[in-house]
Amino acid sequence: MALSIASREVDGVTVLDLNGRITLGEGSVQLRDAIRDLIGKGQKSILLNLSEVNYIDSSGLGELVSAYTTARNQSAALKLLGLTKKVNDLLQLTKLYTVFDIYDDEASGIASYK
Amino acid sequence: MEWWRDHATEAEPNPVSEPSRGRWSFKLNSTMESVSEVEAAADKMAAEAGLDDDLRFHITMAVHEATVNAVLHGNEYDPSRMINVVLENTGKDFIFTIADQGTGFDPNHIPDPLAPENLLRGTGRGIFLIRSLMDEVHFRQLHPGTELTLVKHLAPAEK
Repeated sequence: MALSIASREVDGVTVLDLNGRITLGEGSVQLRDAIRDLIGKGQKSILLNLSEVNYIDSSGLGELVSAYTTARNQSAALKLLGLTKKVNDLLQLTKLYTVFDIYDDEASGIASYK
Repeated sequence: MEWWRDHATEAEPNPVSEPSRGRWSFKLNSTMESVSEVEAAADKMAAEAGLDDDLRFHITMAVHEATVNAVLHGNEYDPSRMINVVLENTGKDFIFTIADQGTGFDPNHIPDPLAPENLLRGTGRGIFLIRSLMDEVHFRQLHPGTELTLVKHLAPAEK
């Protein structure tokens, strides 16, 4: 299943609800475009909801990292919400767990920007 | 798309408790559709062998990464170059062989993606993931091309 991305605002934070796969050719480009669009509009607080993402490959992991660095370079903060077990395992394996701020529940994620 | 399939042993209906042995060969174009096809075949094989969800994920992920490497980095989407894939269930192991017709590469000179200076790189995690998720990974230079052999032990293995 390709990636779908829905955007909503919660207390000044843009939450991107991702659903599907983030892989080479199946979501990486969509995610990159969505992040660039938000950064271009000056959004500084971005929370990626990955609770409906069950598959991510090395390209997708790289895209998450690129999104993180793109945001950081523009003084924005990109954080992760609701990792599935598979995605969590991959972030642990690749040590990317140490890079991102990760939240289990949305309220905590939103509150972290205050 | 050119492909074929052969059976070293005839595939039977697949009771979960008795994984069927078999060998499947594919010759595929250097496209992302081929990656999806190989990944789906590996997942079907793992499902029919009754592997749990985590193991199925590890296998399909490693096969996905190896096939992406062959299509993207090896053959560079060149329509004149094919990838050769063999999926085999020996009853004791799953053995996946994925070969491209590219210029080859040295697996001993891949930057460590866990090193602090590489952690924020956008690329370079594919081979690491394959090695992490499988029990054995072997590289062979084909002149031209590279062949990766991935092995997952079905029986509990001493590591």
